[in-house]
Amino acid sequence: MARELLKGNVAMAEAAVRAGLEAYFGYPITPQTEVLEHLSARLPELGRTFVQAESEVAAINMVYGAACTGTRVMSSSSSPGVSLMMEGISYISGTEIPAVLVNVMRGGPGLGNIAPSQGDYNQAVHGGGHGDYNMIVLAPSTVQESIDLMVLAFDLAEKYRMITMLLTDGSIGQMMEPAELPEMRPVVRKDWDWATNGAIGRERRILSSIYINPPLEEETNLRLMKTWQKVQANEVRYKEYYLDDAEFIVVGFGTSGRVALSAVRAARAQGIKVGLFRPISLNPFPYAMIDELANKASAFLVVEMNSGQMLEDIRLAVRGRVPVEFYARLGGIVPFPDEVLSEIQRVATTKLNTDQHPRDAWLARFTAQSER
Amino acid sequence: MISLAVPENLVYSRPESLTSVHNHYCPGCTHGVAHRLIAEVLDEMNVRDHTIGVAPVGCSVFAYNYFNCDFVEAAHGRAPAMATGIKRVLPDRVVFTYQGDGDLASIGMAEIMHAAARGENITVIFINNAIYGMTGGQMAPTSLPGQKTTSSPNGRDVETAGYPIRMAEILANMDGAGYIVRRSLHDPKNIRMAKKAIRMAFETQMHGLGFSMVELLSTCPTNWGITPIESLTWLEDHMIPAYPLGDYKVSEHLAAIKF
Ligand SMILES: Cc1ncc(C[n+]2csc(CCOP(=O)(O)OP(=O)(O)O)c2C)c(N)n1
Ligand code: SF4
Repeated sequence: MARELLKGNVAMAEAAVRAGLEAYFGYPITPQTEVLEHLSARLPELGRTFVQAESEVAAINMVYGAACTGTRVMSSSSSPGVSLMMEGISYISGTEIPAVLVNVMRGGPGLGNIAPSQGDYNQAVHGGGHGDYNMIVLAPSTVQESIDLMVLAFDLAEKYRMITMLLTDGSIGQMMEPAELPEMRPVVRKDWDWATNGAIGRERRILSSIYINPPLEEETNLRLMKTWQKVQANEVRYKEYYLDDAEFIVVGFGTSGRVALSAVRAARAQGIKVGLFRPISLNPFPYAMIDELANKASAFLVVEMNSGQMLEDIRLAVRGRVPVEFYARLGGIVPFPDEVLSEIQRVATTKLNTDQHPRDAWLARFTAQSER
Repeated sequence: MISLAVPENLVYSRPESLTSVHNHYCPGCTHGVAHRLIAEVLDEMNVRDHTIGVAPVGCSVFAYNYFNCDFVEAAHGRAPAMATGIKRVLPDRVVFTYQGDGDLASIGMAEIMHAAARGENITVIFINNAIYGMTGGQMAPTSLPGQKTTSSPNGRDVETAGYPIRMAEILANMDGAGYIVRRSLHDPKNIRMAKKAIRMAFETQMHGLGFSMVELLSTCPTNWGITPIESLTWLEDHMIPAYPLGDYKVSEHLAAIKF
């Protein structure tokens, strides 16, 4: 397939179609709506299912129903809509069935705005729905990566019988970039031995997230944990840039990782020995790699478009061995590469103070700077 | 011992569509009657192995244990959305939900209204017992004015708690609905009529005539705080006047269907 100029949201939607998506249920919300709009034309044209649901609550429960039949199914939304999906996300996780979701994050909390943000990291990575569950969370930083991860998402969801979420934002969703779509895969509805698709010539099946007897629920909780251990062992994904001789390391995911890469390149041009570590799987999080890097690097600089949600995971992996610095823009503002470059210069040239929590230190610097 | 060769004449047995387990319903509760009627209809239509049921949250949360067909368990009120997901990807299967009044007429109001509006080819069996059974007898949207419940201890005051919701009448206004009726389970005659209606609702789905719902007036002796027999009388005396039995919407195409 040739490279073509593609909008992030449309590219994700078309990649899903080519990966064998059979059914989509969703509700309009900016900056995600192009996914829904693209599929509203594409899926019926291919004889597949598209339903505009009455709400994200209904959409996720339609996904739940279709997923029970063993069909490749997905929904997409943006922050406020994903909050409404939390009930269904918990039920799908408890039922141990595959589904794919996309969150094109926007500024919040509340109605917030429609500009790019990374404020839903904790909701996606550390739960958001009730109960003990995990979902695989993948964060693309380019249109091409959105396509590739979309295809991967369906395979991972089915392999581990759990939700895989693409956690992206309004910037990657709305931007146009040259990218290559995969070949159209034929739709294969696998005859899973768990699917409730009619008990023809077999014993009936039940799919449920209820285990009224606590020992059985505990057994389920333990099974979920063991599945998650397999995911942790096999599905950690990340990308490293200029790490070989890097003295200190910038960490960012998705859009902030992308902006940080520009800054790191500019810093390199100035002779600053800095590298970038970009987690792609936010859950499972690449703790082990950060842990290892903390033995070599003199410091970390975490860049996010939230108040330091991934920062806590980095601190957990670094365990106080070296200073962890923080820089953020919030509210739907994407940092400029120059802002991150100044931070890189600061980390390279000043003695770092580790007395304060990096979030507090950043907030003090940021407040002082904007009052100037 | 004298052995007599009595020719076996089986007049009543467990439908194949019901599993052979004890259910957990209280003595005298009409949930069991509703289950049996559905199972008989699935047997008679010979669709058991093509059927996927959607259980609600409520006293019938374990309905999936009692029906001998594939079943899924929905979140509270979301059964119509879940059924939509199943039916859209498996249009040749028979899909039904079984829901109580809290499930369908309160927390799941949006899902039921829109499933009907879209004309989803699913069948809904709606158990209206004017109370929240499972959680211990709180007020339901269908509780009658003045009805004492554990959350309306002085009786439902319509000034503060609003009025009962008549779902059959409301859903009959939806263009997407093919068959909407209300029946009662308080005596044999009405139970027979309820069974016919359930059959017609599934026929509506089989013929692709849109959304179908049978509202069944039911009893909850445990939380009404009266005996099973008194409950049947209470239903007849108090619920039927508030929830008139009848056909609220019957697609003209159903006239041609004979069974
Ligand atoms: C989201 C959510 N809210 C509340 C509950 C608690 N709950 C369980 S059953 C029920 C009411 C069920 O009443 P109804 O639908 O009338 O069915 P019945 O038990 O009378 O058959 C409630 C409120 C729940 N399980 N989930
Ligand atoms: S609580 Fe009421 S509705 Fe529930 S099983 Fe008992 S009698 Fe039936």
